[in-house]
Amino acid sequence: MSEALEPEVKTNPQGDPITSTATADAPAAQSGRKDPHAEAKKQKVVSPEYMFFEAPREREFITGSECAKEAVRRSNVDLSIAYPITPQSETMQLIGVLYGEGYVKEYYRGEEEYGVMSAIAGGSRAGVRCFTATAGPGTLRGIEPIASWPGHRLPAVAMFTCRVVNAPLAIQPDNIEIAYLLNCGMIVFHSENQQDLFDYLMKAFIISEKNDVTLPVGVCCDGFFVTHARGYCSMPDREFKLPARDPWRGSVPVLDAENPPARLSRDAPVQKSNFMAYNIHAVWQQEVWAAVERSRKYIDLYMGGLLEAENVEGAEVILIASGSAAAQAREAVRACKEKSINTGLIKIRSLRPFPTNELRKLCANAKLIVIPEFNYVGWLAKDVAAAIYGYSKAKIVAGPHVYGGMSMPVEMIVDEVEGGLTGKKSSTVPSSDIMGTDIDPAAVSHFMQNI
Amino acid sequence: MAIRYNIRMAGVGGQGVVTGSHIFSTAVIHAGGESTIVPFYGSEKRMAPVESYVRVSDEPIYEIGEITFPHIIMIFHPQVITHGKSYTNPFYFGLKKDGIALINNVGPMNLERDHENELKDLNAQLYYLPATKLSLEVAGIDLATNMAMVGAMGCITGLTTLDALAQAVKDRFLGKGFVVSGGTAALDSVVERKFKKKQELIDKNLAVVKAAWEFADQNGWAKKKQTMAPATAATPA
Repeated sequence: MSEALEPEVKTNPQGDPITSTATADAPAAQSGRKDPHAEAKKQKVVSPEYMFFEAPREREFITGSECAKEAVRRSNVDLSIAYPITPQSETMQLIGVLYGEGYVKEYYRGEEEYGVMSAIAGGSRAGVRCFTATAGPGTLRGIEPIASWPGHRLPAVAMFTCRVVNAPLAIQPDNIEIAYLLNCGMIVFHSENQQDLFDYLMKAFIISEKNDVTLPVGVCCDGFFVTHARGYCSMPDREFKLPARDPWRGSVPVLDAENPPARLSRDAPVQKSNFMAYNIHAVWQQEVWAAVERSRKYIDLYMGGLLEAENVEGAEVILIASGSAAAQAREAVRACKEKSINTGLIKIRSLRPFPTNELRKLCANAKLIVIPEFNYVGWLAKDVAAAIYGYSKAKIVAGPHVYGGMSMPVEMIVDEVEGGLTGKKSSTVPSSDIMGTDIDPAAVSHFMQNI
Repeated sequence: MAIRYNIRMAGVGGQGVVTGSHIFSTAVIHAGGESTIVPFYGSEKRMAPVESYVRVSDEPIYEIGEITFPHIIMIFHPQVITHGKSYTNPFYFGLKKDGIALINNVGPMNLERDHENELKDLNAQLYYLPATKLSLEVAGIDLATNMAMVGAMGCITGLTTLDALAQAVKDRFLGKGFVVSGGTAALDSVVERKFKKKQELIDKNLAVVKAAWEFADQNGWAKKKQTMAPATAATPA
């Protein structure tokens, strides 16, 4: 019935429907026109369990941005706000296509990242499911509102494609910006490849909206290598979508004109520098980090754990990595095997919460831990060292590092493994920091001075 | 042990380095292997440096990004060496010991003495293929230089077959969903105007592939026979 009234479908040169322009000649064109939203309207709601574990999947060879689009298509997203920062990924442009097809209910372009992240807060407060994606400098421009999301207990999913933020600017991935996101109080996942990005995004919506979590989730990936490159992605059929957000299940009330809206007004004294304000701040932050802790069980349930371990049992050397570094480390494990070095791999899926207990158990008997990273400072190595301090005697090599978007040659990781075992540094690799017990105190103090 | 080649292709804009790498990569997959490709270029213009990185294996490939330490390098244009028109200088930087360099030139080049010595230390095999000459002779156009390069590489590595290369060339020109950049699309239309029918275009390209394959074979560049084992299904969970 309503289909008959749909105006002519205008398309851009790629064939995507354009719905933003009003069509003056709609009545003349109404006959025989297809409803651009027809397919979206037919989507069936399925349980997260069915979507994640049971629905048959088909494998496609697509870019990371397309994976994100497909994840959002199946995630029953209400609101998505874009800002075309440079560098960006094509993700938000593709979400615009989804809006045209009716898979996303509301979509617009914000004035800039600060506005986008603030508006996502508004959308989440109002009780709808929100998604946005940004990259590199856009992440840092938006980080002031982002840092306030967890305190206000705003479930939302933001995708961060890391593309360097420090100078000189580059456009390939250096994931230094994750270091800034780790202490916001939001949940942070790091995807290794296109498949991870697809899975983590969908699971992020569900985990984010659990009553005892009610927190935003940042899904990071190393831009370009993941967003712009193609990889295999197995996906359930697009006729399925996740259940809609049920805002009343959240741990704080949503914006409602009938009731005093949101937390900010309920806890009004927060603006004053008196004892109440300090108290409230403490309570909010304790709540936030307790909620981060409580998300562990859902990450275990839906994502199969905060980390993934491969050949770690009895391994002499363990590589610990996240994101693209995990992909390179997988190859390094293979290369080490060819050199008869028993090497295992731990890929960290969730950076917040951090898999502290899991690492303590897995690293207890390792001799050497090598932590390759795509950034200068080595934020992962610090977290790992802090987590396993006192639980492992392993020598920890905080490196190798590549920066500014350089690819990490697998050979660099293998060199660090060999160097770590023999004590001889290869001349082809810049020196990495060394942490842990049972090593040269001078090296440790050098490292401590540098963190 | 797994077969694994990391191939770095370097050339200049307009030669079809990226297209050649796509075709070679697709041909390896058609022959039952696994392959990934990463193109790398700055401003899209003729004669500007271009690199493309192809990884081939008989098992899943997880590695991403540029190839710093290749087993094989392919130099599509002598100016990569003589003018340093490359993201990698000198052109053989990072080449693994006993590595292979396939260079588009008519006969051996006069390399700098340091370069020559270092290549000798690496025990590198240098193969000079007159790719542009072959392209002009066989297809009457220099734009099939890339076909000659990948044809010879197919013979050298034994990682693909002439049939699989033919299929990959057809995929490139007839397949749907092959995304090319603006500059490449413009060159495509030049090539298509030159060859009225696409079939003729494909035939000419394949003739160049075959001629280069035979050239490599006659010169004894083919490595000892190795075939791609049936690829293990890389189905991520």
